[in-house]
Amino acid sequence: MSCSRREFLKEAVGSTLASVLPLSAFTFLTTEEARAAVADSNVRWAFLVDTTKCVGCGLCVDACKNENEIPYDAEVTRTWVERYVVTKDGKTHIDSPMGGRDGFTSMEIDGEEIDPENIDKAFFVPKLCNQCDNPACVQVCPVGATYQTHDGVVLVDQDWCIGCGYCIMACPYGVRFFHPVHKVADKCNFCYHRISKGMEPACVECCSFGARRIANLKDPDDPVTKIITTERVAVLKDEYGTKPHVFYLGLDANVR
Amino acid sequence: MPEDIIVHGIEWTVKELFVYPNEYIYWSIQIVMYPYMTGLVAGAFVLSSLYHVFGQKQLKEIAQFSLVFSLALLPVAALPLLLHLQQPLRAMEPLLTPHFTSAIAAFGIVFTAYALIVLSEIWFVYRKYFVEQVHALKGQSGLLNAMNRLVYKVLTIGAYDVSEDAQRVDKKAATVLAAVGIPVACFLHGYAGFIFGSVKANALWMSPLMPVIFIMSAVVSGIALCMLTYIAIREWQAFRQRRHGGAIEAREIKGAETHVIDTAARYLLGFLVAAISLEMLDLIFRGYTAMKSWDILRSVMYGKDFMNIFVLQYTLGNLVPFVLLILPGRTLKRTVLALLLVLFGVFMMRWNVVIGGQAFSLSFSGYMHYEIPIIPHSVETFKEGLFGALTVLTVPFVLFWIINKFVPSLQREASGD
Repeated sequence: MSCSRREFLKEAVGSTLASVLPLSAFTFLTTEEARAAVADSNVRWAFLVDTTKCVGCGLCVDACKNENEIPYDAEVTRTWVERYVVTKDGKTHIDSPMGGRDGFTSMEIDGEEIDPENIDKAFFVPKLCNQCDNPACVQVCPVGATYQTHDGVVLVDQDWCIGCGYCIMACPYGVRFFHPVHKVADKCNFCYHRISKGMEPACVECCSFGARRIANLKDPDDPVTKIITTERVAVLKDEYGTKPHVFYLGLDANVR
Repeated sequence: MPEDIIVHGIEWTVKELFVYPNEYIYWSIQIVMYPYMTGLVAGAFVLSSLYHVFGQKQLKEIAQFSLVFSLALLPVAALPLLLHLQQPLRAMEPLLTPHFTSAIAAFGIVFTAYALIVLSEIWFVYRKYFVEQVHALKGQSGLLNAMNRLVYKVLTIGAYDVSEDAQRVDKKAATVLAAVGIPVACFLHGYAGFIFGSVKANALWMSPLMPVIFIMSAVVSGIALCMLTYIAIREWQAFRQRRHGGAIEAREIKGAETHVIDTAARYLLGFLVAAISLEMLDLIFRGYTAMKSWDILRSVMYGKDFMNIFVLQYTLGNLVPFVLLILPGRTLKRTVLALLLVLFGVFMMRWNVVIGGQAFSLSFSGYMHYEIPIIPHSVETFKEGLFGALTVLTVPFVLFWIINKFVPSLQREASGD
């Protein structure tokens, strides 16, 4: 059989493509993966923060760092507590030293000593990932290393993240950071390893004041869900269209 | 804390007032270099296409050079991204599992497509030259000649037909590729603008004008760099001719040079005006609509970054070179000064977008300053510091020097058309 070089190359490229493409079209799923792919989840995780109950002790930040192995003294954190002090001159003073991990014991904010007599109002606001329904971070991940689970939590695949930082830039809430040890994007996931086994997130469990609570929005009998659906709750920065799922009771207009 | 645990960004970020705990300048100098270098690639290619597609005969010489130079710049457009990744070994993943809702996912595809276009265009333009070299080096003794001949043999990819008909086909193919290349080059760069413009969380970046602004300033910087390098090489050649007593040849080189530079400068001015107009429109629009973010943006633009934006970028980088180029009686020295300022201005524009976009907190209640690491004390501070940026800046010239050994973009006779 005669075959010119051109024909040979043509055939070779053609048959290589023909054999590679059909194979790559199939993904092999485990039984669990297949079930998860077709089943409609009856769980939608959400979070309720009662800012009126938070005293700024910082135990939640401490618990989170230990539970999720975020280096204790590294200045990044999956959750944090902000202190807001509105003084009589109308100024809002905000701080969160070490993410509020060690509590707020100083009257000084940004080098300015606050006179207690001069305060109109002061309060604490815990922050964490909002597990958005329309997460900007998932949209921008170039490799699909961050993704949304069926129960609404956004996770990061540490073995697949390339560390470009696009998700960090895309999050309007600033909850993402580079894990100083693993060198990949990291953020709060409501302690997914705990909630998927029937436990509470570390921060919820350690909060003695009930300021932090977790809810399953698809369970109408869930007591926290009842609060979210029947009381006046607010979310952070809804103007970005991300549909955040951390709800706040007693959110002040000064909160950023 | 153990010494090896260092939070990314903490070494060059200085925070002021209230900034969220996880906020740092995550995108630093390498992300300034990325749009700057892709811009130069796109601009160089557009300049070469002005001749190949639109038949601007005056630009023939600089066009050949720009085409080869854009190839030298090409790998350097991807280099800053690689240096910036926290997991550089996973750099191929966007090609393996592209997640197409992300603007970055298409980078590999666009970049590869563009690289193929540039490579094949150069091949069609210089194919005849490769064949000639294979024949010329035949039978010549010496290991170097043998190796050179082998390289040229590989470069011909077995196509030795240099008949009139074949050359006509070559020329047609080069024109078609140059024409296809313009939108792809613009896409490659406009898309870099989209990466920033589509970040809704960032008040400074989010603007539909961003991709267009990026393309215009890209063309400006690309033309400027090509003109500058072209002048430098031509001057060097003329200087060498003079030293060897070839005064006539030296004058000839200078004459051709002036002609090319005049034409290229006109295109440069046009694109410069377009770029500045769009940037001004963006600025005026932000001030006029005065959305929630305007308070902090204004304090950054008119306060903290005033020097960078209005003095260095707009005045020194745009207005001064504009005046220098447009005033009559332009000399070569003045042109060179104007070109240097244009390149600096576009660099400052990238800087003010990338670093300026992270100069304020997402809380709109605090600021972050970028202190570029000068003397590196770790891989990280090298990569994301001054020397990392200088490395990126040097590579294209080294690459061009190597490529030019085999594809003599500055010999008038070498190209096929």
